[in-house]
Amino acid sequence: MTDTTQSPTREYEPGTHPDLPPPMMTSGPIAWIRENLLGSPFNIVLTVISVYLLYLIVPGVLNWAIFDAVFTAGSREECRAIAQGACWALADVRFGQFIYGFYPEELRWRVDLAFIMFLLALLPVLWDKTPYRKQWFIYSAIYPVIAYFLLVGGLGLEHVETTKIGGFALNTMIGVTGIVASLPLGILLALGRRSHMPIVRTLCVMFIEFIRGVPLITLLFIASTMLNYFLPPGTTFDLILRVLIMVTIFSAAYIAEVVRGGLQAIPKGQVEAADAMGLRYWQSMRLVVLPQALKISIPGIVNTFVGLFKDTTLVVIIGLTDVLGVGRASLSDSKWQGLSTEVYVFIAILFFICCFSMARYSIYLEKKLHTGHKR
Amino acid sequence: MAAIEQDSESFSLGQLWSDKRYRAVVTQILVVAGVFLFIAYLATNAVQNLEALGKTFGFEFLWEPASYDINQALIDYNSRSPHIRAAVVGFLNTIVVAVAGCAFATVLGFVFGVLRLSHNWLINRIVYCFVEFTRNVPVLVQILLWHGIIVHTLPPPRDAINPIEGVFLSNRGFYVPEPVFEPAFWSVVVAFLGAIVGMFFFSRWAKKHQEATGQIYPVFSIGVAAIVGLPLIVFFIAGMPMSLEFPEMGTFNIRGDLVLKPEFTALWFALSVYTSAFIAEIVRAGIQSVSHGQTEASYALGIKPNWTMRLIIIPQALRVIVPPLTSQYLNLTKNSSLAIAIGYMDIVATLGGITLNQTGKEMECMMIVLLIYLSISLVISAFMNWYNKRIALVER
Repeated sequence: MTDTTQSPTREYEPGTHPDLPPPMMTSGPIAWIRENLLGSPFNIVLTVISVYLLYLIVPGVLNWAIFDAVFTAGSREECRAIAQGACWALADVRFGQFIYGFYPEELRWRVDLAFIMFLLALLPVLWDKTPYRKQWFIYSAIYPVIAYFLLVGGLGLEHVETTKIGGFALNTMIGVTGIVASLPLGILLALGRRSHMPIVRTLCVMFIEFIRGVPLITLLFIASTMLNYFLPPGTTFDLILRVLIMVTIFSAAYIAEVVRGGLQAIPKGQVEAADAMGLRYWQSMRLVVLPQALKISIPGIVNTFVGLFKDTTLVVIIGLTDVLGVGRASLSDSKWQGLSTEVYVFIAILFFICCFSMARYSIYLEKKLHTGHKR
Repeated sequence: MAAIEQDSESFSLGQLWSDKRYRAVVTQILVVAGVFLFIAYLATNAVQNLEALGKTFGFEFLWEPASYDINQALIDYNSRSPHIRAAVVGFLNTIVVAVAGCAFATVLGFVFGVLRLSHNWLINRIVYCFVEFTRNVPVLVQILLWHGIIVHTLPPPRDAINPIEGVFLSNRGFYVPEPVFEPAFWSVVVAFLGAIVGMFFFSRWAKKHQEATGQIYPVFSIGVAAIVGLPLIVFFIAGMPMSLEFPEMGTFNIRGDLVLKPEFTALWFALSVYTSAFIAEIVRAGIQSVSHGQTEASYALGIKPNWTMRLIIIPQALRVIVPPLTSQYLNLTKNSSLAIAIGYMDIVATLGGITLNQTGKEMECMMIVLLIYLSISLVISAFMNWYNKRIALVER
């Protein structure tokens, strides 16, 4: 009872002993290595294998991509004359085309402006603490009209052929339009699929399952070769517009499934309570069910958008010059032939940056939205 | 009561919409009418347009000679074969790459998924980076990238890389040894099939035996030993009735029948790697969904760790894994249509590509292609639903 202090040199009042550093073997870097890299024989084997793998891959890739790479040159031969690594000069020379396609150089500010305005339009949707959020939504709602005039021209702006829109801007445009336009359609399909009316339900199920059962590329083929057959004789239609219609239909089916998941998560009591309040079907959906259901489906919608955004590269197969189309076009230029690895790696990095950040955002949202439901 | 009866007796037209009892019926009639009108509108337009172009609707063109070549065909095919045979070749190519891709993606995905859960920080991070990078890059870019690497960085057949005896890697394809079967090989096949059938009955008997007496036989290891060992023994007894025919290096080209074409290899590899990243995440989520209490309870009952894994964790994890795994298989099959970008002749490239362009029969070709993909989707989801039902939680 009396002999509580261990220190032979000095005695402390109870509770005044300064904190000792933690023992070396249970915390700190050495313990961390012991725990996480060398925990068991199997773990040691894994560590050795992965270090060896890294040793095999990382120096080679770094040398190729950075240390032996050429960043400015006029052609492939010039690159090869300087060093044996990657020849990023192609991406440097044609950077404008990769981003804007063949949009006239002096008008590219319009694409930039449209993009910045798009981010502003997105702000109230993604960030719930935006000041004057309600008024801001009005701007978001009319943004598509502004964007159309900015990109294509009219209202005093010089007209630009839609075929000139290309590069990464085209991918972004198709992806964003597809997801935004498909939201209302997707919500209607989701409601239809859960409807009590058998015929409406069957039609919605058939539509959703048909679209989800066929590859996007076949739908794009239909857009490029067949869609004109189904329109009144004599109507001609912009190819990009046809693609946009198909992409919208395609993503509507996927959005519908996401929203259906959200609707299923809403307890039945909510609808019953709305019924008891005397709300009609559309009122109860608009005021009670959908706000909750859409809120929990936002991560799923973002994921669908990431998928759709990646799929926008397929338009190259029907002849649009998106970022991949620009890449392939520059590969057929005799100055740059044989640089396919560099071109595709460059495009891959572009997409990775965009898609990865969106995926992280969706994970952040999921965590944020889950707090209410978890313990 | 009286009021309600009165209502139903005095029926007015406005009630069709304002009365809840009739509204559903009226809405559905309107919807059906709308859909029919829309389809009729499209159909009349199509008929008019086809007439204006002087085209007819029909499938006779399928029996005309295709007059184009396909470099990889599982069945006999030459340029004089009819279009329908080209379509079948394309369909088989789709199936081949889809099945091979699903198999490889599953293996890769499970390995990555388990490694992602490893306590080893280094391997965990490596797999994380790999998974995030592959699933955030469009699969079409990956296909083109692999194809480009094979075609542009591998040497021509003349100076093919020869990593191990009998394997040549060149930009015209990967040459691998071809197995040549002698007539006596059927005995090995019989032994293999016999072992499978035998093990099926043995496992049933072992289960009954265990239920009756509590004795456990190591069914799994005996099964592996029998299914692998028996054919091997027969193989050696029969005097090794199979030999490998190695590809030979000629002066300009490599002689060998079994070639993995660059198109197939790139497509197969890219699709499998891309899908495996998604499967890895699914597997990780599935295993994590089984609460740790299950493991602890199992240990408390004295069940050995690997039995815990087999009897407690995996069955519960599979329940979470299988439904999203199905949609990944479907996605892979649909993504195989991107073959057209690198010239692998699948159904979209043959029927929906060259045949369509040669005959100008857009509607018929696209209809067949869509139908084929729909039926593949239906078959895969039907099979996986059946499997899912088998392993689903059976509640009282």
